[in-house]
Amino acid sequence: MASAFMQGVGATTALSSANYKNSCFASPRSLPERKGSFFVIRSDGSLSSGLNPRNSRRGTLSTNAVATKQDNVTASTASKPGHELLLFEALREGLEEEMDRDPRVCVMGEDVGHYGGSYKVTKGLATKFGDLRVLDTPIAENSFTGMAIGAAMTGLRPIVEGMNMGFLLLAFNQISNNCGMLHYTSGGQFKIPVVIRGPGGVGRQLGAEHSQRLESYFQSIPGIQMVACSTPYNAKGLMKAAIRSENPVILFEHVLLYNLKERIPDEEYVLNLEEAEMVRPGEHVTILTYSRMRYHVMQAAKTLVNKGYDPEVIDIRSLKPFDLYTIGNSVKKTHRVLIVEECMRTGGIGASLTASINENFHDYLDAPIVCLSSQDVPTPYAGVLEEWTVVQPAQIVAAVEQLCQ
Amino acid sequence: MACSATAKIIHNPLLLSSSRSAEKSDSCCKMLGPSSFLGSTSMSKKLVSVNKGASRVSRRSANVVAVSSDVVKEKKLKSSSAASSLLITKEEGLVLYEDMVLGRAFEDMCAQMYYRGKMFGFVHLYNGQEAVSTGFIKLLKKEDCVVSTYRDHVHALSKGVPAREVMSELFGKTTGCCRGQGGSMHMFSKEHNLLGGFAFIGEGIPVATGAAFTSKYKREVLKEDCDEVTLAFFGDGTCNNGQFFECLNMAALWKLPIVFVVENNLWAIGMSHLRATSDPQIWKKGPAFGMPGVHVDGMDVLKVREVANEAIARARRGEGPTLVECETYRFRGHSLADPDELRDPAEKAHYATRDPITALKKYILENNLASEAELKAIEKKIDEVVEDAVEFADESPVPARSQLLENVFADPRGFGIGPDGKYRCEDPKFTEGTAQV
Repeated sequence: MASAFMQGVGATTALSSANYKNSCFASPRSLPERKGSFFVIRSDGSLSSGLNPRNSRRGTLSTNAVATKQDNVTASTASKPGHELLLFEALREGLEEEMDRDPRVCVMGEDVGHYGGSYKVTKGLATKFGDLRVLDTPIAENSFTGMAIGAAMTGLRPIVEGMNMGFLLLAFNQISNNCGMLHYTSGGQFKIPVVIRGPGGVGRQLGAEHSQRLESYFQSIPGIQMVACSTPYNAKGLMKAAIRSENPVILFEHVLLYNLKERIPDEEYVLNLEEAEMVRPGEHVTILTYSRMRYHVMQAAKTLVNKGYDPEVIDIRSLKPFDLYTIGNSVKKTHRVLIVEECMRTGGIGASLTASINENFHDYLDAPIVCLSSQDVPTPYAGVLEEWTVVQPAQIVAAVEQLCQ
Repeated sequence: MACSATAKIIHNPLLLSSSRSAEKSDSCCKMLGPSSFLGSTSMSKKLVSVNKGASRVSRRSANVVAVSSDVVKEKKLKSSSAASSLLITKEEGLVLYEDMVLGRAFEDMCAQMYYRGKMFGFVHLYNGQEAVSTGFIKLLKKEDCVVSTYRDHVHALSKGVPAREVMSELFGKTTGCCRGQGGSMHMFSKEHNLLGGFAFIGEGIPVATGAAFTSKYKREVLKEDCDEVTLAFFGDGTCNNGQFFECLNMAALWKLPIVFVVENNLWAIGMSHLRATSDPQIWKKGPAFGMPGVHVDGMDVLKVREVANEAIARARRGEGPTLVECETYRFRGHSLADPDELRDPAEKAHYATRDPITALKKYILENNLASEAELKAIEKKIDEVVEDAVEFADESPVPARSQLLENVFADPRGFGIGPDGKYRCEDPKFTEGTAQV
């Protein structure tokens, strides 16, 4: 199994001190050292999930020069077969590994302990780690999120689970004011290494309030990072990265993706929070997507390939900040951009991404950016109505055809 | 309104029959573990201080009197015995005096500086409430945590943050405790374990609960020898906020080592506590959640100190949280921008006679703990400290542009990867504060 380790030389301590110096800013070539004790293994995944045929090593074009040192022994097939599991199990595995590794990592949320989590992400952990490390909280989102922040300020590394992301609307005060801003307003004295995670997105007729996409509401909060996982492989990798990050990270999971099955490596690996994932390289059009819409896009891609198109599909993964390198390289190659997201049309991630691409890569575009988002409608209960609020593969195909005329 | 108040008190006859009304909360906490609270005053004192809505209040008082009369008797006994045993030593007395004088002098200087245009925005001064800060915080160790609100200058000073750093912060200079990035309402100090400084009321209480949680976690999961306690300070207005109740619940549920200190100064900007609260006796809300609730005269630093001692000891022993309601008063308006026209001058005059600094001075002199000259020397010393703080702040530099982006993220990779493939934070302009992020 190909792997690359990078160990910094204490560079990260320099980053977080209040007396922040320039010492860590060396040339790009020395960038890998800056990762400190954060080692990233790019494994050659034998991903036979059948959902997307490529986990492209050709994606080196996007990530090579940047944050991870790409090792070149990727051509070989995996020396170990890895193990198959479902997405929620991958999340649990990542969580458990981090809890084993660092006793300060703890979980807080409703029904995370004895119940094992409403989506079984924390199943069995309370039995193993105890009721204090996997804390069943009363139904008080604002307060237990604030409690997690206070605990993070005083040395712990809590993971807050929102039973449904929508419930975190009740914690907006704490997430915006304290989670995002405390590091700054304290002049860098206190860090908030929390992870806030939970399922969001449109499910199967869950009704308007349980079908919310909070990434658009949170994206303006300064000081937080947002990532969205979409496969068991990246779910585990992002979970581990988020826990190890000194920044507050919001990890968006999707209600309908928890039962995805995939084979993931046996070796430990941690992914990069700020990077996008090349799903399918192509030439004609760049399709940017994340979370569940990745699968609608890949479904549309099959149709498009049959029709003779060659779409490049990128799962942006990092919703804040955007990986403008991967995205930019793609735009420079294809000159056409289609964004497919589940967010609302107004003020969503797609809106920000459109603005960002226009600002940075305007000269490379041959056509205006097309953004397919969900309708600005509270998700209806009726199945047919719900279907019409969300972007479907047929719409994606039509949009690409339109774009590539 | 009165009828419902009646119902509240009579409804649990157990409380009435307990001998000390302020300790009636004890009858609840006797189930949890007995601890007596010294220094609590009767309800009757509270009633005198409020002029408005007197009729409604006195009807309520009619129901309380039956219980509180016992306390008055108790108090008389106690005060006669108190005379023979002093509550503090000379050293302690001088420490308390100095801390309160520092708080007062500092805040007065803030007002001056504000009107001279050295500080801006919302500045909330603590004049009159010094007994609460001094009474509680001077009992803490350095490792104990304090969480405050926007009225946090004096909490910072009591906890040990140098006056220079607080003043610099107020002037927005880079030598401030938060590098000028927080301001009046966001005083933080990692060294002294001051966890803020919060602008929205109530949002600090969960943070304090979290700090207490860490203390328990260290003890029970990490098996460290940890008996750190957290104090959460907040006002009467906050006691109607959801976060207050949610945290009382969690703290009692998990027996967290925290003391909830209510600085009830009767006013939330222009909203009288009585107009905002169905049951204005905040200490009663403690037993409702399974913790002792105590009411104390917040203008008397020795009484506050006694109650604080017990509450903090309780938390250190692992017996859980306490709710302490300190009846206090702010001599100035809500903030320096508040014209303070709504409060009755008679009420202000009444509390002015209960100035905590004057009261402590009287106690010290009457009990011959120190001489007038020694106290004057302290006042002079404090004047110099405050002057020095102003000078230091004046001479300190403003933040450089390079500071703009530095502390947004603990790990600045959070700004992401730019179009050129490099992390944004690697852009040389990042350190100049002019990079695009």
